[in-house]
Amino acid sequence: MTAAVRRWSPPPMIANPALRWAVYGGVVLYVVVSFGSVEVNWTRIAQGAERALRLLSGFLKPDFVSRGEDIWIGIQESLTMAITATMVGIVISIPFGIGAARNVVPMPIYIFCRSVIAVSRSLHEVVVAILLVALVGFGTFAGFLTLAFATIGFLSKLLAEDIEDIDHAPLEALRATGAGWWQVLVYAVLPQVAPRLIGLSMYRLDINFRESAVVGIVGAGGIGATLNTALSRYEYDSAAAVLVIIIVIVFGCEYVSGIIRQRAR
Amino acid sequence: MPVITSGATKIWRRRTTKAEWARSGAWFAAVLVFVFTWQAMTQDTIWSFVWDAPTQAADIGGRMLPPKWSYIHELWRPLWDTLNMATLGTAMAIVLALPLAFLAARNTTPSVAFVRPLALLVIVASRSVNAIIWALLLVTLVGPGVFAGLLAIGLRSIGFLGKLIYEAIEEISDEPIEAIRATGASRMQVLVWGVWPQITPAFAGVSVFRWDINIREATVLGLVGAGGIGMNLESSMSTLAWNQVTLILLVILGTVVVSEYVSARVRQAVS
Repeated sequence: MTAAVRRWSPPPMIANPALRWAVYGGVVLYVVVSFGSVEVNWTRIAQGAERALRLLSGFLKPDFVSRGEDIWIGIQESLTMAITATMVGIVISIPFGIGAARNVVPMPIYIFCRSVIAVSRSLHEVVVAILLVALVGFGTFAGFLTLAFATIGFLSKLLAEDIEDIDHAPLEALRATGAGWWQVLVYAVLPQVAPRLIGLSMYRLDINFRESAVVGIVGAGGIGATLNTALSRYEYDSAAAVLVIIIVIVFGCEYVSGIIRQRAR
Repeated sequence: MPVITSGATKIWRRRTTKAEWARSGAWFAAVLVFVFTWQAMTQDTIWSFVWDAPTQAADIGGRMLPPKWSYIHELWRPLWDTLNMATLGTAMAIVLALPLAFLAARNTTPSVAFVRPLALLVIVASRSVNAIIWALLLVTLVGPGVFAGLLAIGLRSIGFLGKLIYEAIEEISDEPIEAIRATGASRMQVLVWGVWPQITPAFAGVSVFRWDINIREATVLGLVGAGGIGMNLESSMSTLAWNQVTLILLVILGTVVVSEYVSARVRQAVS
């Protein structure tokens, strides 16, 4: 008796074969069409190859000295911008976070806070920065406002989700003793979310520093402005120095915030 | 439990005296840091411009409304470019990040001492540099246009995808791996039949999540010359055509909302 040779094969991700092939076909078609619409100018890339080499050699030998003054000012601006924006952002986002948690506030406040968060989250930092530079002028203050605004959307949303997930037993226990809304908030809600709030704040400080490098490109001060200047002057070794500094500081921030987050838990 | 004893009565307190002092000290330090950094930050701020902002806002707001709806016909092509930048950039990042993640994960890397740190360095470098900075560099290297934006999105996403995928790989269960190894499977077969099926849901979720973020990023890359709808934003702003700016912002908002919805649905389906 000869059994037919059967090979096992894993179940495919999409069970329906017609749908599966339609999806594969659609993907291939899309890639072909979309890649066809991307104009790749090879002569320009060939010209850029020489610059790429200079940029790479700049990374091997970054020049921290000749633009040292500008770089130092840029770092100071970025750091102060990130720190103040994070602090102001936290202070504003705590009430918004509480207001956006369905289980502690009435409906109208919930809707108001959620819509503020939605607006803050859907606008990219750079777009906000451009508008604010137009409003308050070039410099770090516009960057500070941008980052604080972005922080509100981020922190409030995560804080609200955290508050919605808390354990309700302490709340009821406190209410049973006759505690008012404020007392319940301070003694039952905030202690439950405090460790996570600290963790998220550190994480946001980290993000804000990274973003501060970006808002500078559109005129909101900080290390991004220095980088933009260096690139437009074709000083690739100084630009490489700025990038190296950004990477080192981001790495440092991430390391420190990781430690603080672990300890806060 | 900290209590104050005065005579026979005991009063409950939340913290001990020491903890109370430590907290006050931390708050004081925070205020000091804030005052100091605020001073440093605002020393060059021209306050008359800041106080003038409400007037400016009213002025610009007046010019922004109503949106110039007819301008929409010039936005379809940049919108298509924006979507392509995000999608192809994500695809490029997926192709590159997957092997990188296997090299970076402690349990699949060929060498913990040499290959892993190198892979982690690539991931950190890619993650620390924002897509816009990548775009700024790439525009000077390959020239302005969609191609620079696509590469910028791709290079930024490698680190993000690589990090999340390698963390997923490190969290997999060892049992299927050992079972497959016990059948005499080679390293490659272990990866394909033991590791890969365990990380597919995380992989799909993370990829779609990054695609969603990339749509948002791609809308602004044009500001530094990397193609897409951001270029229209830049040119409208520099010609002070504020009613076009409103329309562009609305289109961006719509795109972001749709992509976020799609990504949330897909992530729900795979998890």
